[in-house]
Amino acid sequence: MKILVLISHVPDTTARIAFTNDNTAYDASGIQFIVNPYDEWYALVRGLELKEAQGGTVTTITVGGAETDPTIRKALAIGADDAVRIDTAPKDGHDVAAQVAAYAKDKGFDLILAGKETIDHNGSQVGPMLAEMLDLPFISLAGKLDVADNKATAERDVRGDVEVLECALPLVVSCAKGMAEQRIPNMRGIMAARTKPLQVVPAAATEALSTTVKFELPPPKQAVKMIPAEEAGKLIELLHSEAKVI
Amino acid sequence: MSVIVFADTRGEKVAKSALETLTYGRKLASKDGTSLTLVTFGDASAERLAALDTNKVVVARNIGDADSQQLTRLVADVATKEGAKWIVFSHDDTGKAVAPRVGAKLNAGEVAGAITLPNDQGLIKRNVFSGKAQAWVELKTPVKVISLLPNSIPVEAVSGTATVEEYSGDLGAAKVTVKEVRKAGEGIPLPEAEIVVSAGRGMKGPENWGMVEQLAKELHAATACSRPVADMDWRPHHEHVGQTGIAIRPNLYIAIGISGAIQHLAGVNGSKVIAVINTDPEAPFFKAADYGIVGDAFEVLPKLIEAAKKLNAER
Repeated sequence: MKILVLISHVPDTTARIAFTNDNTAYDASGIQFIVNPYDEWYALVRGLELKEAQGGTVTTITVGGAETDPTIRKALAIGADDAVRIDTAPKDGHDVAAQVAAYAKDKGFDLILAGKETIDHNGSQVGPMLAEMLDLPFISLAGKLDVADNKATAERDVRGDVEVLECALPLVVSCAKGMAEQRIPNMRGIMAARTKPLQVVPAAATEALSTTVKFELPPPKQAVKMIPAEEAGKLIELLHSEAKVI
Repeated sequence: MSVIVFADTRGEKVAKSALETLTYGRKLASKDGTSLTLVTFGDASAERLAALDTNKVVVARNIGDADSQQLTRLVADVATKEGAKWIVFSHDDTGKAVAPRVGAKLNAGEVAGAITLPNDQGLIKRNVFSGKAQAWVELKTPVKVISLLPNSIPVEAVSGTATVEEYSGDLGAAKVTVKEVRKAGEGIPLPEAEIVVSAGRGMKGPENWGMVEQLAKELHAATACSRPVADMDWRPHHEHVGQTGIAIRPNLYIAIGISGAIQHLAGVNGSKVIAVINTDPEAPFFKAADYGIVGDAFEVLPKLIEAAKKLNAER
């Protein structure tokens, strides 16, 4: 089975969020970047588990400049066989999907896995856009995924129920919690990652359909109103009469 | 030219998120002086659909929510025939799969998780960095796709007398099929809950969750938990809210025995009101809270349950 995993390069979950250039760009100075957790913990690890059980290859793909290489090497250290980097700064979700589609369209991938969203843009766009561009079926927000006899079975939570879905390969799946456990790369993996192939591909001619004009930080929260523990019941009264939420 | 709203209208009543998208679509339509068309699917009765506040309803009866290609063909076809300028979805399970596809199919820019209508410059606001910041987005394309974050705008329900049209085009065979649906147990599904009672390691063990569930029951709330609690299997994974679990935006989030790590806050910072109960006065969650109680969950919870019972008895 030929598996492609989309890997996004994002600021660490605890990174400071600040903006520069008159609030038009994220201030990445001094920020540690990581593999987007949904791409790593769920999509990549589940892809590796399927490969280990059934044979095949796991390729990762990232749209970005050379600054994303350490993030890609981390994905290789966790166990991907090889990596592709499309050498351009991503402009928007549509642009990223179009870049990946241009690369993947004639490569015959059986399964394309993406995290359900990135923790910086939170768009949930690239997986379904890519599926549309490749004319493939798409299963969103899967918490479980298995493949047997060229057919995928996935589970997802919808409106509190669990839907069990089936679809013949090839397809695109966006991966959510429950699909796999986090893997910490070991020393052997880290050493091996240094020499695994990382192919740098020139960007296709694409265009962005949207622009982020300006960022802003949410207004500061008002000071917390403290209630003594002995009078805890008062919280319910305040939530009812003051906050009017119950 | 018109505004298209896609909404899931299946089930016994129309979901709040669907009413929100209708409100949003109606405001866009009145701003542009055009009409509003609802595109939907499934089993809702024609009478009920006609009573929604829209000029026209197009319903495809023979498809479900599982195959995003069929739904994409449906929405794109209606949008093209109507010459739609705006296509509005809810940023829910189905919208997240279909809205980007429709955008890609029609070469239309998409704002994913919009929280405002377009401003005077046509810019639309959305949350980024897991709710820690917001961004103003411009769509450059003539056709624009919006997926509206649930609980972002108040519903303005007006009743209407729409014409209902059964969709008769060819949507192709479903490639993704539903093999089985396992119904959730009792209780309110977490993503739709207006009130959420959530607890963490401070509860000391799964055997102590009775009090949490009891408070949730009195407040008609859903229950949730922090990541360590889900990882230790004290609670099911689908209850985990936070950066790597699910993000929720209820009107009220009550956090009991959760310290408020930044990854947890990323999943709940869209809540309108946050109340925090923790033994540690230095717990970072208090900085993000509207109301706080420094105290032991085992002493505070019975008082809250008692007060909630009293409130329920009075109203």
